[in-house]
Amino acid sequence: MTPVRAAALSEASAALCLVFVLLIPSATAGLALINAGLGRFRNAAHSMLSALCVIAVAALVYFVAGAAWQGSAGQAAFAWHVAGHDWNWIGAGRFFLRGLELGGWSSLAALFGLMSVGLAAIIPLGSGADRWRLGASCASTVLLAGWTYPLFAHGVWGGGWLAQLGFVDSGGAGVIQVVGGLTALSVTWILGPRRGKFSPEGMPSALPGHNAVLVLLGCFLAWLGWLGLNAAGAILFTGVAASRVVLIAVNTTLAAGSAALCVAAITRARFGKTDASLCANGWVAGLVAVSAGCAVVRPAAAVIIGLIAGALVVYSVEWLELHLGVDDPGGSVSVHAVAGLWGLLATGLLAAVAPGDAPGLWLAQLVGIATLLGFILPLTYGLNWLLNRLSPQRVAVEGERQGLDLYELGAGAYPDFMTHNEDFWQR
Amino acid sequence: MKLTGFLLLLGGWIIVLAAIALLPSGASEVSFVLMALGVEALGLTLVFRAHLIPARERK
Repeated sequence: MTPVRAAALSEASAALCLVFVLLIPSATAGLALINAGLGRFRNAAHSMLSALCVIAVAALVYFVAGAAWQGSAGQAAFAWHVAGHDWNWIGAGRFFLRGLELGGWSSLAALFGLMSVGLAAIIPLGSGADRWRLGASCASTVLLAGWTYPLFAHGVWGGGWLAQLGFVDSGGAGVIQVVGGLTALSVTWILGPRRGKFSPEGMPSALPGHNAVLVLLGCFLAWLGWLGLNAAGAILFTGVAASRVVLIAVNTTLAAGSAALCVAAITRARFGKTDASLCANGWVAGLVAVSAGCAVVRPAAAVIIGLIAGALVVYSVEWLELHLGVDDPGGSVSVHAVAGLWGLLATGLLAAVAPGDAPGLWLAQLVGIATLLGFILPLTYGLNWLLNRLSPQRVAVEGERQGLDLYELGAGAYPDFMTHNEDFWQR
Repeated sequence: MKLTGFLLLLGGWIIVLAAIALLPSGASEVSFVLMALGVEALGLTLVFRAHLIPARERK
């Protein structure tokens, strides 16, 4: 295994990259709107405020310790020497971003990390919607931004062992989306389903989101943010030339579009009508899936990635709810974890690389997927389980009945709305 | 069942690490990694089953 070096950026590339990095908050805003729209109206303000607080906590924790653990290529790192290989597993940078050289590759990578850790942290809010306490979501974010995220990000983007194997994840399908999605799965397991979601016989009841317009507006913002995320990630961590950004933008758009259309066609064929919230989830799933290989796949491959991501979302949302008893109001597990894992696998299968490099890339992608499932999932579950033992993460029954806006914030998002509480009547 | 599932997930990952550290590149390495993913799939199945809500709790 050879150490991975930081890419040298020309001044023009660095300026372009900075612009792309500054687009990433648009993706975060998009996901926040999607989460709020897919939740109930009595939790809408709580959902948006949770998003804001979680982003703030993630940024602070990443500044204090996360960036140091993540490190960057060519900088100090802790390594184990096993069987003749150096296993570079975590960064050994300085806390509080001390010693950061402003204006160079490392400062852009640190800014990218600061933006993308917020994006990862907001993903579990979708699965914990309507029942996750504000304080608990912030505490869980401390663990994600301070430990789980930097640990995997170091392996992929910090010159760690996965990068040394040749693992490709330009836009963070694994680092941001799957890490966030697996945390979302852990959170939904720990919190349990919303009251009234499952009948005593185990049949799920539909608890539709309160505002489809917010959800669809979120998709537009996410698209813009993802264009920046994928382009900046590819320039910084895959070392592609700025001229390749056009291909990245084309791939990103094609994958999102084909995924949304695939979901529209499937829901139309199965249910007789097109499902708006599932189409929105499909759109984001396409963005998520193409993130891994946006810089190394051809446009036709991006369409295939998007189509399969869309189909996966429809069936995994249904499977998780009907057969596995997972109550995930925002579809975070399907959209971010399932589609992200598919994107990582698809990069190994469809990347346009030299024939001699294909088997190595495929193996590296499999190792990355195995690490996410075999190490990151137990880690994030264990940390959130411990947190739940110290202080329960779920809101009290009264808070869930009343709505988190009134219970935790003291005021609703829509004060003129009437509250109907039929779903809490004894049947 | 939950603990067993998580141990299988971790076990699968350790097999992957062992395969890439100890085996030469080639078919044996790929086979071990694929088998390890199978172990992880089994672990994931157990963890999902462990989290299915028992009927008495739903009532």
